[in-house]
This record gives sequence, C-alpha cells and structure tokens, in this order.
Amino acid sequence: MESMLHITTLHYLVLGAALFLLGVIGVLTRRNVVIVLMSIELILNAVNLNLVAFSRMWGGLHGQVFAIFVITDAAAEAAVGLGILIAFFRNKETVNIDEVNLLKW
Amino acid sequence: MAPVATPFFFYLLSGIMLIGGILVITRKNPVHSALALIVTLLAQASIYLMLYAPFVAGVQIILYAGGIMVLFLFVIMLVSIDRVQKERQFNSQWVVGIIAATALGGLFMAVYTKGKDIFPEHALPMVENDNTQRIATMLYGQYMFAFEIASLLLLVAIIGAVVMAKKKI
Amino acid sequence: MLEYVKSYLTSSQTPGAAGNMFWVLVYILLIFTGLAIAVMLMTWLERKVLAHMQVRLGPMRVGPHGLLQPIADSLKLLLKEDIMPAEADSFIFWIAPFIVVLAAFTVFVVVPFGPTHAITDMNIGILFMLGVSSLSVLGIVMAGWASNSHYPLIGALRSSAQMVSYEVAMGLAVVSAILMTSLNAEGTGTLSMIGIVQAQQAQGEWFIFKFFPLGLIAFFIFAVAMVAETNRAPFDLAEAESELTAGFHTEYSGFRWSLFFLSEYTAMIAVSSIAVTLWLGGWLRPFPNLLNGAIWDKAFSFLPGIAFLFLAAMCFYNTVRMPKHPLFRVQTIGLAVFGVFLGLVGLVLFVPAVSIRVQDIFWFAAKVAGFMYLYIWYRGTFPRYRFDQLMQMGWKVLLPMGLGVLILTASVALLQQKLWHP
Repeated sequence: MESMLHITTLHYLVLGAALFLLGVIGVLTRRNVVIVLMSIELILNAVNLNLVAFSRMWGGLHGQVFAIFVITDAAAEAAVGLGILIAFFRNKETVNIDEVNLLKW
Repeated sequence: MAPVATPFFFYLLSGIMLIGGILVITRKNPVHSALALIVTLLAQASIYLMLYAPFVAGVQIILYAGGIMVLFLFVIMLVSIDRVQKERQFNSQWVVGIIAATALGGLFMAVYTKGKDIFPEHALPMVENDNTQRIATMLYGQYMFAFEIASLLLLVAIIGAVVMAKKKI
Repeated sequence: MLEYVKSYLTSSQTPGAAGNMFWVLVYILLIFTGLAIAVMLMTWLERKVLAHMQVRLGPMRVGPHGLLQPIADSLKLLLKEDIMPAEADSFIFWIAPFIVVLAAFTVFVVVPFGPTHAITDMNIGILFMLGVSSLSVLGIVMAGWASNSHYPLIGALRSSAQMVSYEVAMGLAVVSAILMTSLNAEGTGTLSMIGIVQAQQAQGEWFIFKFFPLGLIAFFIFAVAMVAETNRAPFDLAEAESELTAGFHTEYSGFRWSLFFLSEYTAMIAVSSIAVTLWLGGWLRPFPNLLNGAIWDKAFSFLPGIAFLFLAAMCFYNTVRMPKHPLFRVQTIGLAVFGVFLGLVGLVLFVPAVSIRVQDIFWFAAKVAGFMYLYIWYRGTFPRYRFDQLMQMGWKVLLPMGLGVLILTASVALLQQKLWHP
C-alpha cells in the first residue's frame, strides 16, 4: 500500500503501457476506419506519456521536446489519414476496413 | 508550484484516461468515441502538468484536443451515415487481435515486474518556472534541424491532405 | 486555521502560486459572481446601446430605463419548455452547451485583474487561454451535429471553420506581442499573463505603442480576429437570424440556449481580457511613463471614485427627468435608490485603503468594458460579411499581415537589442 501511495516513474510507465494496449486492441479489432485512426492517436499518446515520464525521471527536457515533435507528427498523420479516408469513402460509400479488399484475389 | 495531493490526482486522472480509452474502442457511435478521446487527451494534459511539463500540456490542449479532434469530428460528420451505426462493430479477425493484444500485455507485465528495480525511487527535482524558456532554447539550438524537418513534414502533410480530399485534381 | 487564511494577505503572489486553497476558492467565487453580473449587464447594455444608435429607446418598461430587463429575460429562459428533437443524439445534445460554457469559464483561471488578483499564475498563461478557448469549437460542432437538422449542421460547420481560421491569425498577433516581452536585460520573455503586464510596466510603455506602428497593427489584427472568434457582428453569419434561422443553436430552447448565450458573452470578455493584457497594459493606469510621480498616482487613484460618482449623478439626473405619474412612482424610487447605491460605492472607493487594493481591478475592468462597448458599436455599424468573404479575409488578409508584423517586430527588436544594448 505504501508503494501504491508514492507515485514513481513506474506508475506512469504502467499507465502508458495500459493505454498502448487499449490502442492496439482498438486498431486490431474495430471495423470503422475512423475509430482505428483514433486508436492510433491513443497509441501515440501512450508513447508521449512514456517520453515525458522519462524526462521527469532524468531531469532533462529532451523527452518533452521529443514529445512536442511526436504531437506535431500525429497532427500531420491524422490529417493525411483522414484525407485518405475521405477519398476512400467517396469511392466506396463505406467506412469498413473489411471492405478495403479490391486487391484481394 | 509543486504538485499537491499527487496520489489522489494520479489515480483519478489515470482512471479517467483508462475509462476514456475503453470507451474509445468500444462505442458504436464514432462521435461518442471522439468525445471519449477528447476526455482522455484532456486528462493526459493534466498528467503532463503533474510531470512538470506545462508547455507540453499547453501544446497538447491546443493541438490535440483543439485541433486534431475538431478535424476528426468534421470527418465523422461528413462520413458517418446512419447505415454505419447499425452494422457490426468488430471486424472479422477480432479473435486474432485479442490474442495478439494479450500477448503484448503479457510482455509488458513481464518487463515491468522483472525490471522495476531499474527505475529510481525518487525522481530528480525539476523547476517549472522557466520550462518554456528552456524548451525554446533546446528547440532552436540543439534540435533546430529536427524543427525544420517537422515544419517541412507539416507542409507535405497539408499538400497531401488537400490533394487527397479534392474532388478533381 | 485563521493563520492559514490570514497568511496569504501579506503575500505578493497569486493564491494559486502561493498554494492557499481557501483564497483560491474565494477568488473563484468572486470571479464567477462578477462574470455573471457582467453578462447580465452586457445583455442590458447591448439592447440599450444598439437602440440608442438606431435612434430608439430600447427596453424602458421592466425597471427604470429597463435595468431589470436581464432578470426578466433570465426568468423567461428558465421557465421555457425544454425541447429535444426526436432523432437527436440525446447525450451529445445535452453535453454540447456544457462544453462551450466550461471552455469559456475555465479561461478565467489565469486572467490577471492585478499583480496578485488572479486565481493562479501559470507560466504558460497565454498558451492556456488560447488553448482552452479553442475547445469551445468542439462544443459548437457537437451542438450542430446532435441537433439532427440541416440548419444547425451547416451553421455549426461554418461557425467552427470560421473560429479555427481566425485562431491562426490570433495566434500570430499574440506571438508578436510575446516577442516584445523579451526586450529586457536578460533577454527572456514570458508567457505568463502577469509577467506580460509586468514587462509592460518595466519597459514603461503599453505594447500597443511599442515600435509604432507594429504594436498597433498587431493589436488591430487581434481585435478583428477576436470579433470573428466569438461569432459576433460583422462575422456572425453562422448565427444571424436572417441567414440560417439561428445557426447551431436553432434546436436549443430555454436554459440550454441561455448557456450558449452566456458562454458567448463570457468568451467576449475572455478575449477582450487577452487583448487588454497583451496590448493595453492590463491593470496599469493610463500614462504610466509620461505622467509618473506620486502626485499623478494620487490623481489617477481618484478616478475610480469619480467614475462611480458620475454614474450616480446620471442616475439622479434621470430620476428627476422621470414622468411625474403615479404609475412611475416605484420606478423613480428604484432609480433613486440605485443612484444612492452607486454613490456610496463611489465614496467608499475614495478611502485610500480600499483604493490601493481595488485600483488595479478597476482599470482592468474599465478597459474590458471599453472593449465590450466596441463590440456593440461594431454590431450597430457594420454590415455582415458573406461567408466566403469572411474566410478569404481570415486566410488571405489577416494571416499574411500577421506574419509580416511578426517578422518586422522580430527584426526591429533584434536591431534594438544590437544597437542600443550591445
């Protein structure tokens, strides 16, 4: 109980791992492409949490700077991913990834 | 100012984040998922404040919750027709997905139980007053190249998104 | 316990920075009450000022000169039937007004009414304000979506596109003002709201006059962008009655609509506070550098009391001009009592002990009130922008202007640092 009350870096890392796991489950099991993209955002956030927790542990700011870069990257990737989604939706009228099977033989 | 009542806020915020995460991956209506994701992102910004990272927290609120999620909501509104919500929500390989996620979870648990001695008990003290100034010094000094590349990446992403979503190129 | 409460009174920090939770709660309650009163006053003021600009009288019946009209309005809104569309998504329909209200009110955590009169002083103050006020876009998008009807949906899409576009111009104007805070000996600027006003105090001039005309152009860009950000005339295409019925809050009635209304006025006060803090010197009295010295300080410290006495004098003048009819007796007495109350407040403000503490709040509130008057003036004067003209102005006019001002400000600041402080 005493170790539960004192919050160490390990607590933040376990939280990050739990979020990462939730994101992975979302990516692997959902049909709706938008929700898959949102699960990818969850994964990126878990990584950010790890980075900032380690930056706190070592006392330097490199983790935080890299977390800012990851957030910027996530924004760019969400924009492009949603653009692809809109192009896909315009062709096929559906948002299921099960139906992205034009190349299937 | 040092964080107050750290265990209470940590458990509260991590509970909010985990419940939000579970709601993101299990809701049938994508707008509800987006709302749960906004809650998760805001709770994460609060955890950044606890980790002596106020600038990253501010960037998270502006970019993630105020920018990316607006983008998601726009696209959901354009794309989600009623027919979508009446279909199945889990895809055809969900069993394999759950098995793979369980394996990953087992790996995480093994790593964190066996390796918990690497992490020091008490973290180093960090100042918070000049956090923005120090990040700025690093960003424009040591990480200048990465900064420029990130702006180039954003330019490419803008052009890519515009080209993808246009009706006639 | 009592020492805990009294230990803050001699501190030179905001209660959040000093860690004193009791005073944090007191400040939160005071700001919340003040905002509620300010919003009610704003509704009355808007109708009266617009009416006088249009050569008519406005509400005159409810109280003396319509002073009790906001109370009648809020009673009506509370008692109206609460309609929810049948096919609407009820959870999102319910939560959308709350998100907008939360985003509008949370901003006031860092607004500085004085050097210690803020709830807390985050060192990312201005970033926090811009970020949280951008969360209201989410509430508007969800309100439009949840109403399940095409007028609100188009209104919400237009309104949120407009808000997101003008946020970019606002951000650039803000950055060029933040740049000016770094022109001190160490070369470190600050994002904290109290730090920005203290930088203006240290440099001896308000940022609107700095590097003339660059500060003025940055202020102008922010002033235009903040009107567009709060969906007010002349950028109110998304909610004007003649355009889209009522835009994103068409399907909302009664208390839910009043939440949108409340959050609109609160957001107006919030962005005006940003403008006042960044460019107009926050809580500093006018002419801090030109007319300095103890005598001028004393003279300016009389102004809060004089302002309230002037308002009391206007109340008494209008009491005398009231019609001498028995039906107007209650209104006449009410107006006279209100005048006496304002006069008492004015007299209390002459006491030096009160005046020292309240002076900063008075100057800040006076400047924000000036901005509110400007908002109403714009509404009465300018015709509405068409939506494509609006977006064109946001991206093609304000954004390049903001970039230009930023580059010029940075160059002039660098030259100043190199030439005069080598």
